[in-house]
Amino acid sequence: MKITHSLIFVILGLCTLIIGAFAGILLSLVYMNPAFFKELIPFNQLRPLHTTSVVSWIILTATGGIYYYLTKVEKIKLYSSFLSKTHLYLFFLTGLGIYYSFLSGKMGGREYLEFFPLLTLPILIGWALFGFNYFASLLKKIYDWPVYFWMWGTGIVFMIYHLSEAHFWIFNSIREDFIKDLTIQWKSYGSFVGSWNLLVYGTAIYIMSKIKNNIDLAKGKKVFFFFFLGLANLMFGWAHHTYLVPSLPWIRYVAYGISMTEWIVLINIIYCWSKSLTLENKKENSLTYKFLISSEFWVFLNLILALLISIPSINYYTHGTHITVAHSMGTTIGINSMILFASVSFILRNIEEKTSLVRKKYILFGYYLLNISLFIFWITLIVSGILKAVLTSEILNKNFQSIEASLNTSFIVFFFSGLFLFLGILVIALPMIDSLSYYCFSKKKKEPV
Amino acid sequence: MFGLYNSILYNKEIAMKKSNPMSEAALEGEKIWQENNCTACHQIYGLGGYLGPDLTNIISNPKKGKKYAKGMFNSGIKSMPKFNFSKQEKEHLAEFLEHIDKTGHYPDKHAKIDKLGWVTLNYK
Repeated sequence: MKITHSLIFVILGLCTLIIGAFAGILLSLVYMNPAFFKELIPFNQLRPLHTTSVVSWIILTATGGIYYYLTKVEKIKLYSSFLSKTHLYLFFLTGLGIYYSFLSGKMGGREYLEFFPLLTLPILIGWALFGFNYFASLLKKIYDWPVYFWMWGTGIVFMIYHLSEAHFWIFNSIREDFIKDLTIQWKSYGSFVGSWNLLVYGTAIYIMSKIKNNIDLAKGKKVFFFFFLGLANLMFGWAHHTYLVPSLPWIRYVAYGISMTEWIVLINIIYCWSKSLTLENKKENSLTYKFLISSEFWVFLNLILALLISIPSINYYTHGTHITVAHSMGTTIGINSMILFASVSFILRNIEEKTSLVRKKYILFGYYLLNISLFIFWITLIVSGILKAVLTSEILNKNFQSIEASLNTSFIVFFFSGLFLFLGILVIALPMIDSLSYYCFSKKKKEPV
Repeated sequence: MFGLYNSILYNKEIAMKKSNPMSEAALEGEKIWQENNCTACHQIYGLGGYLGPDLTNIISNPKKGKKYAKGMFNSGIKSMPKFNFSKQEKEHLAEFLEHIDKTGHYPDKHAKIDKLGWVTLNYK
């Protein structure tokens, strides 16, 4: 595989992030003025555009990173370059199909996979090609796999399984039983997120071991213990999404027990790593290092939130409120995106002889803007969630309209913090796209400025 | 273990109370619900979007009910997209919501919370 193909995955990922963040701004405008954009693109088409774009950013950038690290850094020859190219073209064309599906309103899928359901087929084929190529390239060639190779491999396998599971509703035996259908739908989503987390967290551990120049970090017993703990969470810890769905209690008991452990996985690894990193390592990889450290900060915050909302008696009040959104935004932007930005910075550091100072300045500015605005956004979501929980409670028992009216100030803060969050993303992503595109599409060598 | 766990979830009864399978009309309603991505704004059992209200028990709500729901489907309020559902489509959507309503309560205002943090739900 040419390096450029892996970088095109990353460029596409950064582009979908910009589209997703921009759609997010438009969504926050609709909360302030519900009739806004109704004629141009209604909310039921705009929301999937936002969520799917952000999910695409995570998946495409993680995938591109894995291809890059395998071929360029590890110098492993892929089993088939043709398969990886086909994977890229399949995802690109399906992505266009998905955007057409949203913009034209020809949907039909379920939440988070709202596009026309047949489009899942090429996505699954793309994952199968990726998986086959991955294992065929590594098996019998690399022995004593470090944990990140296991994480990427299992992430791909579980991604295929749970993406398929999310479409079990096409079978009548599932679809006719509403509670079973809803339970399986949310089981698949929880595990689907767990699958991409394996790809992203695997990337984090990979970068850490490279920066530290110590592969032992990814080979110890402790790191494998945490890997299996994460895997157990992926398989059995999803049911906090459905605590309030009237399913059999044992499903919830299992999830309650297991989900309490999940967030300890990554924080322990990053914490141990950051403690022992030398000043020289930090300076050499300052951008990568900064993004990883901020992901550590977001892990801390989300660890507390995730643990709290996984306790059924707290979940009872927070479920269906903006606190759930705080949890998903905190993890997708705070943790996943910071790790992926670290990955892109690491790749740029690797492909360029010298870092462009101007680009570094922009990205650093974006880094602070993104983190500060995300923090304000996150806190506002939590405050709004608490407010909604109190107003919905039996004591006050307010109806939907009066709850919405009470949240008006929050919607204004959502918009402005969201706007700065978008600008932060733009300031980081555009110079990255520029540098990667130059490397992919220009024959001239770029001089760092 | 994962295979056994999944096999139970897929093949055994997992709802607290066994309900009748969805009728043809309700299944049609669900299809319309998906094609128009109603979940973008509305929640069922607290799962879905935040722009509109949760619709789990809209049919059994004494202040709302089936007639009210059918009246709201075609652009009931300003934030809703301009839908143009036929009479039959509105009937199917209402059937779908009626089926959901029979499966449980949300929010379950009378759920019991114990000292260990567990919540015992009420079942219909």
